[in-house]
Amino acid sequence: MSPYAKRLMWPVVILLALVAVNIAATGVDFIVPSVNDDGRLGGAFVNILRRSVPLLLIALGMTLVIATKGIDLSVGAVYAIGAAIACQTIMDSSDQGAAGTVLTAIALALVVTAVIGAWNGVMVAAFGIQPIVATLILMIAGRGIAQLITGGQIPKVEDTSPFTELGRGAFLTIPIPIWIAALALTALALLTRRTALGMLLESVGGNPEASRLAGIRSKGITVLVYLVCGLCAGLAGLIGASNLGSADANNGGLWIELDAILAVVIGGTALLGGRFFLLGTTIGVVIIGTLEDTIINVGLSSQWQFTAKAIVVFVVALLQSPGFRAWILKPFKRTPQARVEAPAPAKAEEAAK
Amino acid sequence: MKRRTFAGIGAGVFLLPLAAACGNGDDSGDGGGDGLVVGFAQVGAESAWRTANSESVQAAAEADDRIAELKFVDAQQDQEKQIEAVRNFITQQVDVIVLAPVVETGWTDVLQEAADAGIPVVLADRGIEAADEDLYVTRLGSDFAEEGRKAGQWTVDTFAADPDGVTRILELQGTTGSAPANDRKAGFFEVLDGEGLAYELVDSQSGNFTAEEGKAVMETFITTHGLEGIDLLYAHNDEMGLGAIQAIEEAGYAPGTDIQIIIVDGSKAGFQAGVDGKLNYIVECNPVFGEQLMDVVVAVSEGDEVEKFTPVEEGVFDASQFEAELPNRQF
Repeated sequence: MSPYAKRLMWPVVILLALVAVNIAATGVDFIVPSVNDDGRLGGAFVNILRRSVPLLLIALGMTLVIATKGIDLSVGAVYAIGAAIACQTIMDSSDQGAAGTVLTAIALALVVTAVIGAWNGVMVAAFGIQPIVATLILMIAGRGIAQLITGGQIPKVEDTSPFTELGRGAFLTIPIPIWIAALALTALALLTRRTALGMLLESVGGNPEASRLAGIRSKGITVLVYLVCGLCAGLAGLIGASNLGSADANNGGLWIELDAILAVVIGGTALLGGRFFLLGTTIGVVIIGTLEDTIINVGLSSQWQFTAKAIVVFVVALLQSPGFRAWILKPFKRTPQARVEAPAPAKAEEAAK
Repeated sequence: MKRRTFAGIGAGVFLLPLAAACGNGDDSGDGGGDGLVVGFAQVGAESAWRTANSESVQAAAEADDRIAELKFVDAQQDQEKQIEAVRNFITQQVDVIVLAPVVETGWTDVLQEAADAGIPVVLADRGIEAADEDLYVTRLGSDFAEEGRKAGQWTVDTFAADPDGVTRILELQGTTGSAPANDRKAGFFEVLDGEGLAYELVDSQSGNFTAEEGKAVMETFITTHGLEGIDLLYAHNDEMGLGAIQAIEEAGYAPGTDIQIIIVDGSKAGFQAGVDGKLNYIVECNPVFGEQLMDVVVAVSEGDEVEKFTPVEEGVFDASQFEAELPNRQF
């Protein structure tokens, strides 16, 4: 098994276990998609995927930032800003249904959120501010900015506006958010795995100074990565806002940065920077989304939500720890070990990573 | 305008999800004529409910001849700022202090100072811990349990003659552990149990007082339980209810018809949904208690006997009243 597949194995096992629990609780209908009256795929699992899209977009951006040994705490606030700009622009226009209005609103939101992301990148790369501090500024001030945009109210977009299609519509029966997520994942995967960009990212995360001396323009790459992260957060905000037809500056995307970091970690990317796993992050996001449904499906009360999440994260973290795995598997591995007389498996595994 | 800007940024800084049910700020308004000087330490500017509340208090003080001046402080959801504000009010020797405490605890010292200075304190909206009960004159606020009981009474009246005998209910709770969520739930089921309605609580989960989570939880309710045979959805505020209505519509059902819906709060958007026939009953959680607050303030300053708790006047609205009431909504 390749090291890559090995990294993905434990998150996949957890996800399958969660799905199995849900199927046991509510029947096979959980996993089988149904087609709604309006020709959109529905059913429990498709809904989970659709609802997970904003978190996925943010987590993908976060994965790249973490790969450069950074972190972006401002994504939740940027989500709120993106949502606020789009909804307020559409609401202020004379014709909410016009395609031009909607496209302008979307473009404006994406440009502003990309600029915010780039600003975070400049503070980290050019001014040398620690990422957690640089992005904390906007995490705190960002929701205030979103409130200024909306004037403290919750702007609502008419249900008839094409803007709501972004979150609620379907193309070839597949919900549009899922298309967007698939496109974003494919684009980022191709960019980082089919070009040298991915390697450069990992190199910058591993050792920025050595990378610079090796001729990599690490500052430019850092700014680019934060820009992409801001853009992803803005896009996530657009999808969230169009799903609800409104933008809540206070609560939209609240604490989503923590869920995103969680998803990245569950997916096997270390916060120390370097190697990153976009597919692992994706599975981490689906685990988090499925978990929330699982709590309802097995009939636990709301009070259990945080505890249940903590337990699953705990299990994933343990399973991903080579030391823990070696310890738990020791009784089973004794025979082959004795036969081959190889060094401790834990060490071999660590080397493979 | 500049102060409002800072208030907005400040509110973004100290986000408290528990305030979502009732919960905003502005700068000071000066009343005209001779009369009382009142200091008002408001929570912050965290929701539309709070904005309406601040505006109501300021407008009422402005219009009331008995009030000379309202000193308005937006604490930006920070208890330190509120304590500071109350101390300033004491130094300025205002006639009455109105406090909408951010949290329940930690008020003993500063309220004792107010008592020593002989300045009566009136709590608005939220309460403080029981141990400090002697340090304020009265609390004017919403009775969340009563709101729950009103929702329960309508349920009993509507479903007493349910043909299949059992009323099957879904509940969207507010933020877990918050007073409005706890009391609205308790009041609701108190009436259902007391009146002996045959009901089944099919599921009850927290939607955290937000549209986003309300919609997500409702989607899961629909895939898990289906909507066939579900009679009623009880949502602890209108944001969650409105999110749930979208989920119900997207699943191909008619909210308000296929499933009856009760919401608490009563914002413009909530009433609009009512006018559109998408929900059936609104229990008001009224932020517009400025005038009532001024009456209490005047009574307190004149040393009149007042009850320890003064409930805000709150109404209930059914389908026949939505359209007439919609233009009166202030938030």
